Amino acid sequence: MLRAVVRSLLAHKLRLVLSGVAVVLGVAFVAGSLVFTDTLGRTFDDLFASISADVTVTKKTSYDTGLFTSAAPGTEQGVPTSLLPRIRRVDGVADAIGDVQTQGVYLVGRDGKAVGGQGAPGIGINFSTANPELSSLTLEQGHRPHGPDQVAVDTKTAGKADLTVGQRRRVLTPSGARTVRVVGIFKFGKTGGLAGASLVAFDTASAQRLLGASDRFSSISIEAADGVSADTLKRRVLAAIPGAYEAKTKQQLTKESSDDLQQGLRFFDVFLLVFAGIALVVGSFLILNTFSMLVAQRSRELALLRALGASRRQVRRSVLAEAVVVGVLGSTAGLALGFGLAALLRALFGSFGLELDGPLVFSVRTVVWSYAVGVVVTTVAAYLPARRASRVPPVAAMRDDVALPERSLRIRAALGTLLVLGGAAALGLGAAGAGSGSQSASLVGAGAALLLFGAVALSPVLSRPVLAVLAGWLPRVFGTVGRLAHENARRNPRRTAATASALMIGLALVTSMSVLGASTTASIDKLLDRVLGADFVIANQVQGPFSPKVAQQARQVPGVASVAEQRFGQAKVGSSTVFLSAIDPAFVSQAIKLDFVAGSAQGLRGHGLLVDSSVADAKHWRLGDTVTVTFPFGGTEHLRIGGIYKPNQAMGTYNISLRTFERAGFAEQDNFLYVTARDGAHLAQVKAGLKKVTAAYPIVALKDQTEFKDQQKSQVQQFLFLVYALLVLSVLIAVLGIVNTLALSVIERTHEIGLLRAVGMARRQLRRMIRLESVVIAVYGALLGAVLGLAFGVTLQHALAGQGIEVLRVPAVQLVVFLVLAALAGVLAALWPARRAARLDVLRAITTE
Amino acid sequence: MSDTVELGESRVDRDEGGDAARADGLTKIYGQGDTEVVALDSVSVAFRRGEFTAIMGPSGSGKSTLMHCMAGLDSVSRGRVSIGDVDLTTLGDKQLTRLRRDAVGFVFQAFNLVPTLTARENITLPTDIAGRKPDRAWLDTVIETVGLGDRLGHRPSELSGGQQQRVACARALASRPQIIFADEPTGNLDSRSGAEILAFLRRSVDEMGQTVVMVTHDPGAAAYADRVLFLADGRIVDEMRSPTAETVLEELKRLDTLSRGA
Repeated sequence: MLRAVVRSLLAHKLRLVLSGVAVVLGVAFVAGSLVFTDTLGRTFDDLFASISADVTVTKKTSYDTGLFTSAAPGTEQGVPTSLLPRIRRVDGVADAIGDVQTQGVYLVGRDGKAVGGQGAPGIGINFSTANPELSSLTLEQGHRPHGPDQVAVDTKTAGKADLTVGQRRRVLTPSGARTVRVVGIFKFGKTGGLAGASLVAFDTASAQRLLGASDRFSSISIEAADGVSADTLKRRVLAAIPGAYEAKTKQQLTKESSDDLQQGLRFFDVFLLVFAGIALVVGSFLILNTFSMLVAQRSRELALLRALGASRRQVRRSVLAEAVVVGVLGSTAGLALGFGLAALLRALFGSFGLELDGPLVFSVRTVVWSYAVGVVVTTVAAYLPARRASRVPPVAAMRDDVALPERSLRIRAALGTLLVLGGAAALGLGAAGAGSGSQSASLVGAGAALLLFGAVALSPVLSRPVLAVLAGWLPRVFGTVGRLAHENARRNPRRTAATASALMIGLALVTSMSVLGASTTASIDKLLDRVLGADFVIANQVQGPFSPKVAQQARQVPGVASVAEQRFGQAKVGSSTVFLSAIDPAFVSQAIKLDFVAGSAQGLRGHGLLVDSSVADAKHWRLGDTVTVTFPFGGTEHLRIGGIYKPNQAMGTYNISLRTFERAGFAEQDNFLYVTARDGAHLAQVKAGLKKVTAAYPIVALKDQTEFKDQQKSQVQQFLFLVYALLVLSVLIAVLGIVNTLALSVIERTHEIGLLRAVGMARRQLRRMIRLESVVIAVYGALLGAVLGLAFGVTLQHALAGQGIEVLRVPAVQLVVFLVLAALAGVLAALWPARRAARLDVLRAITTE
Repeated sequence: MSDTVELGESRVDRDEGGDAARADGLTKIYGQGDTEVVALDSVSVAFRRGEFTAIMGPSGSGKSTLMHCMAGLDSVSRGRVSIGDVDLTTLGDKQLTRLRRDAVGFVFQAFNLVPTLTARENITLPTDIAGRKPDRAWLDTVIETVGLGDRLGHRPSELSGGQQQRVACARALASRPQIIFADEPTGNLDSRSGAEILAFLRRSVDEMGQTVVMVTHDPGAAAYADRVLFLADGRIVDEMRSPTAETVLEELKRLDTLSRGA
């Protein structure tokens, strides 16, 4: 029996390749996702492994602020320089230095743009020691910077900006731009990798000036003397410094950082694995479909085996054995392809500013999962057809036209209807906004999944009536060729449906995303039209805040009525960390118009707090209630709710006054400036005046209302682009699935095609017949997908209406484009199978088995 | 673009006699060098209009190859093959396809019908492919002769083997081809259904003036023909007019002993 399996595999290499393609693609996506997330994780692990100091002293925070929300160290944070001599005197300290670190420092490249400024942080640091026990920086060229006009940069940044020692370049800092000379190039850590961030190093005094505090360090790094353990040293240092500061060993710090990281990266993991899951589901359809067809084609061979005395179990096993072989081979190829996919993803993320350094990580986990998924899915997908194959009566071997018993679609119809109804109910509940925003979003998600599976189950049942409408006109336009194409698409509803299902899933997701994207963009437009009172917005072009000097100077511009500053921070309310926005109460009503449910903007004054109604409702807060807020740098304040407003994306959920913000110890740096012009002022003149101010600060950009809206919308577009890029892969798998099905159909219909050719069908007509069949299947899948996606998109928008996506916008043109693209995909998918069919040797097709 | 092939005087009056198809020095060689097999060895034969010819011979004698070459399904190594006045050996694939569609009818042993089309659609398939309207009156005559009136709307899977072959015969006749090639049309049928098919082919010759060439193993089937050609080793070794099952069987036996004796 084993020999029969091997012979059968070898005898049908094309069949092997076609069925393998499905496995390869499914596994490639899983492997690619895993390799990518591993590489992502490794990149950050490398960053933390670069912590050199045995013990690090920082200002104590009241809670763990996390890696990605670290507030810029300002006057009230950091460590006073006076601590350094005290620490140096501690017994067991070999050496100690003060570290300075600040965000928003970028080198300007030859093109006049900030190097690495497309989303990755630009960090300014001090480079004060060559001691490798204390510094992660290793000088590669030149010397360390001295004085305010000298900097050193990391190797990656130097490479990107094409920098050499001795060149003069401009540096952007939160307080303005300056021309400096590059005197050194250093490597960061062991690999030089910084995940896309750039480092610009100054001497300590200049770095402190950037911080705006000459008597502070961000932290102090300590090297232990020989024979003194880090723990012992930490205890001694703690005893020597005031209680407001804390000391952590290298081990502690590394662990905390990577714990934070894991939290931060879990999103990526889930995000990518969701797409891997989609690809796998789509791939499974392909495998199932392919094996069903293969078994159908082999039913005569299997019947012969049965007639010769093979038991049902043996037949079943031979099919399963073939599946395992295909699964293993396919997984191996998929693994290799997944590697390429991960490289592609890396390039994609790189273009968004997240650079992954070093080689791709190839972990055991990836290998295990790839093979598990590939082999298990293939085996399961092959089991059903194998079971049916074993039921082929032995007498079938003697007949010419063996057909596997076609089961009734009744069970499928019932199950599908049930799933669709359940899904629709969940969608309805979600759209009606049952529960909180995230609850209704997950209701919509669950409903969408149910609906998708229901649609997959129902699609064979639906295919006949839908195709009758969709392809019913083909015979009229294309005559017999059209009639044959139509009939071929209808002849096996299961096969057509399974082939179309893959495309359906992809299209459903693409459509729902585009509906959501269009709705979000439209909502942003509407929201900003309504709430943006300011005529201009000044914001950072790169990450991080900027100097309040910009605001001061903007106020001097003629025609400017007011400049409202907005600053961002975080705090703890109860057990959860929340995002804070700080804004001046005098300006808030002018810059951003709020719909107050209770209270007013004036409620911000003093110890006031403005919250949006979704937060107030969830926490059962009312006007006048007191809320205890813990700030990261020690302080706890009891703030009084002075206003509750309708949710407004431009505002955030918790708002405090600038005064409270400063008191809490946050840096005096602005994130947004909202500039309102005087009534009757000439806006173009005001804009020109403001331009002069911002020209001195290349990291900030001035935007008028339209530009600001466009910028907000372009962020949505960017995210959509990323999602589309990932979904393209699942659509690609679906298209290859059509190729697969058609190619196998052509093999299956060899006799029929030979007959058609013999009685006078031209090659061109034959190619057109297969092309039309392909287009019909593709459009059927796309249409179902578009309908489902539309339903998902609309419900998602309804569910998220409370979160600010209040406008429903159906991108009709885009949907039509998707359908046209699907039809084109059908044409493409048919290219090869049609050529193959047209090339068929007529004589052999009609005479051979 | 014209959909019909110029076949010279395309529709010749069938009563007039003359050749519907002919081969001159037709040679077909498979393989090369050591593996070379001569399937047809300089065969010259003519099929007269309105005549029913049976081709017989042992397996491997080249009878199917002869038919495939005559019908434009297979290429020719040497020699000339023509249908009407058209020399097939000068035609490309496109022209051959059109020739098969317009001037040749086929009845195969099995797989004669497209499973997704009804019996009627199968019958009109060649004219439909050509994009022409079938000749209504002629079509009705053909269908009536085949006797499928009430089964025309059925798919092949709903028809018996005999009915399927009758549909195939009707298809072959429907486009009024210059010649019909039948490759063991009764090979898969019981004797009663087989007899019906043969009687039908006979009538198409007698009543409609059709030209039929049929490859067969069965002396009984050959007895329906006007003449029988006997092939052996790629050559026509004998020809018999007005055959009966007995005389054909006798001849086969004689040829068999001859070839053994040789």
